[in-house]
Amino acid sequence: MRYSHQVRGRSYSFTSLVDVLGKASPHRSGDVLAGSAAGSAAERVAAQWVLADLPLATFLDEPVVPYETDDVTRLILDTHDAAAFAPLRHLTVGGLREWLLATATAPGAAAALTAVAPGLTPEMVAAASKLMRNQELITVAAATEVVTGFRSTVGLSGRLATRLQPNHPADDPAGVAAAVLDGLLLGCGDAVIGINPASDSPAAVARLLRLLDDVRQRYEIPTQSCVLTHVTTTIDLAAAGEPVDLVFQSIAGTQGANAGFGVDLTLLAEGREAALSLGRGEVGEQVMYFETGQGSALSADAHLGTGGLPVDQQTLEARAYAVARAFDPFLVNTVVGFIGPEYLYDGKQIIRAGLEDHFCGKVLGVPMGVDVCYTNHAEADSDDTDTLLTLLVAAGTSFVITVPGADDVMLGYQSTSYHDALYARRVGRKRPAPEFEAWLDRVGLLAEDGGIRAVDPARSALRELV
Amino acid sequence: MSDFWQALRAHTPARIGQERHGEAPGTRDRLAFATAHAAARDAVHQPLDVPALVAELATVDGLAPACVVASAAPDRATYLTRPDLGRRPRDPVPALTPGAEGDPDLLVVLADGLSALAVERHAAGVLRALLPLLPASTRLAPPVVATQARVALADHVGLAWRARLALVLIGERPGLTTADSLGAYLTWAPRPGVADAARNCVSNIHPPHGLDHATAARTIASLVQGATLLGATGVALKEGRAALG
Repeated sequence: MRYSHQVRGRSYSFTSLVDVLGKASPHRSGDVLAGSAAGSAAERVAAQWVLADLPLATFLDEPVVPYETDDVTRLILDTHDAAAFAPLRHLTVGGLREWLLATATAPGAAAALTAVAPGLTPEMVAAASKLMRNQELITVAAATEVVTGFRSTVGLSGRLATRLQPNHPADDPAGVAAAVLDGLLLGCGDAVIGINPASDSPAAVARLLRLLDDVRQRYEIPTQSCVLTHVTTTIDLAAAGEPVDLVFQSIAGTQGANAGFGVDLTLLAEGREAALSLGRGEVGEQVMYFETGQGSALSADAHLGTGGLPVDQQTLEARAYAVARAFDPFLVNTVVGFIGPEYLYDGKQIIRAGLEDHFCGKVLGVPMGVDVCYTNHAEADSDDTDTLLTLLVAAGTSFVITVPGADDVMLGYQSTSYHDALYARRVGRKRPAPEFEAWLDRVGLLAEDGGIRAVDPARSALRELV
Repeated sequence: MSDFWQALRAHTPARIGQERHGEAPGTRDRLAFATAHAAARDAVHQPLDVPALVAELATVDGLAPACVVASAAPDRATYLTRPDLGRRPRDPVPALTPGAEGDPDLLVVLADGLSALAVERHAAGVLRALLPLLPASTRLAPPVVATQARVALADHVGLAWRARLALVLIGERPGLTTADSLGAYLTWAPRPGVADAARNCVSNIHPPHGLDHATAARTIASLVQGATLLGATGVALKEGRAALG
């Protein structure tokens, strides 16, 4: 048997690469549901021993999802950079883990990690993550630097950006504007001001786009707006002359799961072309915004790989980042606790998954942020979001999501709050994006210690926003 | 909260304008959030009071005695992690004593879903308002009370009882503002394997803030009528209604 290992006298065998990856994954409910998880702790660690000794080149020869039937696999293998891979070609998965940890703590770490990213496939990075502890995922991610720009610059060392998410259950303009004002006064919105619309009708989306663009222009805020609707709607609105900054789409790691979202790679390319043609970027030309999340392939019943076996949700999630990086995105975030306890059961699983997703994205060269969140039927609460937020700040996450009082009243879940962003920047000694920080200073919101000044909104420069 | 924010809160249920003490919200905001989360958590985990619901259904005119069906999920923790088990009954569905008139036109399933509280507060009220709106000739199957159940559990009962149409009243996922929201799902020719796109849904039934029982009942009754005319539920029914409107 090619894949087997003995743990204390008992032999464990695995049928294939997909089987090894699944059983080596840290325990989570979605893998149990899919049938890819290890049956015992000993079997899990046996799979990790097997995985550690696998040559990295295995992943180039044995696709986890078949090349013939999956365009994500074709994208990964057809765009693989052999020259960038050359320095790692001799390594095993265990060796990659050690190389990443050594490189991350050596001089020139960011440049060295950037150089190998095109030579790494998502499956290689996911495999290494399965052998890594949380602190190791943090160490390596913190050493990467993925910088992107549109009107602000995201991903610089020492910075933490935020998406201001002013959702309203009925897209009420006054309600949205009030939530935007609250967020701006607390220093949020430098990654994007991004609304999940309650209605996907093009007219409703256009109204929100104009509302956000008016606010941005009136106060000359160096940020970008986005209404998170389907890419086809955004393409049509861009063609109609509506003020589209970023093109959003939810994506996943298999062709079938992307089909469930109503997209394919060609459509994503069309979306990017539509936004680029508007030429609205000022400090950079990255125009795409993607969201992902472990479990999306399984929930679309599109999680089966080579040999018809279920692929673990973390490997499939990493493959979504390969989709993202093909379109030179401005922002990518995992919505890590959103999908529910059948995929990530509790705070421990959500925290682990958040660190894995951030690590995999950053090592693959993606401008990674995280929506640190949970639903009411998960075994999680605000202490868990505090913990994950704090860990992600240590890991150098590019941005986080922020909503008023941590309560998203449209999507019905809890994320991090504007106040949480104040906390994260203070304890992590992080500053906002540089262009946005300068704007905060111009409007009197930047305190001398670099924090955000508490001001009376009725006397602030922004009061006429509402 | 300042008057400035108090006025703006009229426009949104969002928790805007929270005070700052250092970087943190005030104690009242902190506890208000904790209170809402506690209510939602308790709603998820509170078991359905089956005897009380069965007794209440016995007081609704036109209903036969209720039948209780447990899903294959033995407890809440399993229910939350194994949606597949919540979609099928633990035991074979008991046979329906055939009525003289033939197969039932409508099967009603009351399922705990993610909020037993929603079913306890609203399901009987919706049925009381709904039944008088249905044609007098409607043959009703005995109502089913289903525990640790998801919507698709009704597909098994519906097939076993040869029901033409299944109506599931089920507790929706609690949010911070509402822990007792009821959803109604209609499925034509229920049988295991029905796609979600082949169902119609009326959600957010939770007076006084959400849909009231009478309004929800009128919407459900018009969907029942449309499904019967069309011989289908799902996207086709929704589009047909849009065309009529």
